[in-house]
Amino acid sequence: MMQRKTGGRIRRALGLVQARAVDIIMFVVAVLWLIPTVGLFVQSLRTGADIGQSGWWTALANPRTLTLNSYIRLLNEPTMLRALKNTFIITIPSTILVVGVAALAAYALAWIPFKGREALFLVIVGLQVVPTQMAFIPAAQIFRFMGIFGTVQGVICFHLAFGLPFAIFLLRNFLGNMPKALLEAAQIDGAGHLVLFLRVLLPLTVPAIASLSIFQFLWVWNDMMIALIFAEPVNAPLTTAIYSQMRNFASNVDVIAPGAFLQMVVPLIIFFVFQRQLVQGILGGSIKD
Amino acid sequence: MPTPVTSSAAAHTGRRRDKMKNKLATIAFLGPAFIVLGLLVYAIVFTVGRSFFDAYGGFVGFRNYQRVFSEQRMLVAVRNNAIWVAIVPAVVTSLGVVFAVLTERIRWSAAFRMVLFMPLVISSLAAGVTFRFMYAGNPNEGFVNAVIQQVVHIAKPPGLYPGARLSTDDFAVAVDGAFESKAPVQLGGQANFALAAIRPQLVPENATTLTVPASSQSSISGVVWLDFLSGGRGTRGYPDPEKTGLPGIRVEAVKDGKVVATAYTGNDGSYALTGLAPGAYTIRLSADSFRQPFGGYYWLGRDFIIPALIIAYVWINTGFAVMMIGAGLSSINRDLLEAARTEGANEWQVFRYVTIPALMPVVTVIFVRGIISVLKIFDLVLVVAPEPVRADATVLALEMWNAAFGGMNDHGLGSALATILFLLILPVMLSNIRRFRLDQQ
Repeated sequence: MMQRKTGGRIRRALGLVQARAVDIIMFVVAVLWLIPTVGLFVQSLRTGADIGQSGWWTALANPRTLTLNSYIRLLNEPTMLRALKNTFIITIPSTILVVGVAALAAYALAWIPFKGREALFLVIVGLQVVPTQMAFIPAAQIFRFMGIFGTVQGVICFHLAFGLPFAIFLLRNFLGNMPKALLEAAQIDGAGHLVLFLRVLLPLTVPAIASLSIFQFLWVWNDMMIALIFAEPVNAPLTTAIYSQMRNFASNVDVIAPGAFLQMVVPLIIFFVFQRQLVQGILGGSIKD
Repeated sequence: MPTPVTSSAAAHTGRRRDKMKNKLATIAFLGPAFIVLGLLVYAIVFTVGRSFFDAYGGFVGFRNYQRVFSEQRMLVAVRNNAIWVAIVPAVVTSLGVVFAVLTERIRWSAAFRMVLFMPLVISSLAAGVTFRFMYAGNPNEGFVNAVIQQVVHIAKPPGLYPGARLSTDDFAVAVDGAFESKAPVQLGGQANFALAAIRPQLVPENATTLTVPASSQSSISGVVWLDFLSGGRGTRGYPDPEKTGLPGIRVEAVKDGKVVATAYTGNDGSYALTGLAPGAYTIRLSADSFRQPFGGYYWLGRDFIIPALIIAYVWINTGFAVMMIGAGLSSINRDLLEAARTEGANEWQVFRYVTIPALMPVVTVIFVRGIISVLKIFDLVLVVAPEPVRADATVLALEMWNAAFGGMNDHGLGSALATILFLLILPVMLSNIRRFRLDQQ
């Protein structure tokens, strides 16, 4: 009697496991995917000595060893503060410039008839996948000639050049799908191109501009390659500033761990706040290679 | 009568004014972008041209390209890029398909997609630092090795006395981590083992000073001891009564390669193998007792760095594939799936003959995007691969940076490397343009 009962229980448990097999597998995958980020976060709250001695998971059993000291020290370090500031003064203008210049160009490409419009648009389609490496050497020469090599302006110019093709492509497609009647009505009312652009189309383009801005911001904020070449140390953003500490990884862990987490906090906030726009943007094709 | 003339003239000048207005507007609206894009096109032409000149500006024809395909370091980069292209887009795409199909069967699919998608918004730097910690070689520090250690230790637990050696090989020899009596021992005989290189803290607390067991006709006996006394006392290889016995070691009697009896050493290090038929046996201390704990793979060393990088890349990029393919799945016509099921197709057939073909367009996009992204890979390698192994992990983009800006200052070679990347991506670019032109028409 007793035995039959436990047998039933086991069978029921097995049935449950079977029914939940997909849930269990997916749960394990999700946990695997979360572990690296959680690990970095925990590391950033540990002392350099602890990091060098034991794994971060041991701190979970002993949360009293966690401390904000690394962050406090990091934020008192002039080079890191400067890097944080540089990241903002590179990222914000790059985003605004790309979106602004692209919006103007997209309007012209969508609504002003001119010779060579189709050809120009095809060039823009093509430019989207050109590797950044193709412009490093000439850009360095041009920037040296202009006296902006190594400066924030140089970095911004480079981001502008490589952000534009995709931004124009996205906004032109969005603007091109606007109903023609809307524009004709405004034109009959005597509105010029500037009025049309600012008053009629721009307000309708806000969703596309929003997701473009988010992606452009993330792209520039997370860039290390362009900053590595075009920003000298005083103008370095967080990515390259942290990278330069990695030469002595073991002895600088107490700067690298909180620094890296600080660097990814802003993208993570954007991710959590703008989830919907991000997903819609991606599904709408607004992500670069 | 004159009215139509005037009106047509007015229309004419009006149209002309419109044309003027359009021209001005084009210049104003398109001007800034045109300048930047013009410079971009100039840069591409310049780089292609520059690749035919050496570092000092002398014309060298294709010699820079020859260097890429003949110099060791750059050949490694070419090989690594080839490995990435061959493996990674396929892995990311198939994981994308599998996870996207499975998310359809769970209720918390939105949360799952978010978790997988999150790494995509993180910089390669932060992801790279994260994986530097994950890959630490010591299983006490690196999570990956810690997990592997748990698994390995279930199958092969570490021994009581890891790393022990024979103090003298006068009467025993080391064979594959085990220790064997030098000559076979007859029933009633004895086999002793003197071990060294055991840290004092590894000796169990219940260990006592050694006892040499009295020999008996019905068994093979002996003692295993730690052949060490402080202050240099005692004789090497001799069971001085002050020396410590080593308990818990598995002793085996081996005949014709088969274990015929086993025993464990007691607190005083003595053992007795009983129940043996008369004859000679090799006495062996099992390797289980001396196995080292799993010491961790050196993920950041030259042998594992490429798989390590690929895992990090897959972690970053799978979420994108899941998202895109998930959207593709939800747009498949449900009626089609139902129709296939009512026609008697099983789940696998539905998946294979309805779902997969319907997903082909989005899968192709993901796959091609993966190839481009993998060809351009740069900062992840720079951050995850420590400098000593960078030459083994290097890729074309990294060599380009090295050649042009990393001290070599060879703009010719750098341009050639950039142009090679460009040429590899060119087919994708042209097919994008073609597809777009077809769409427009």
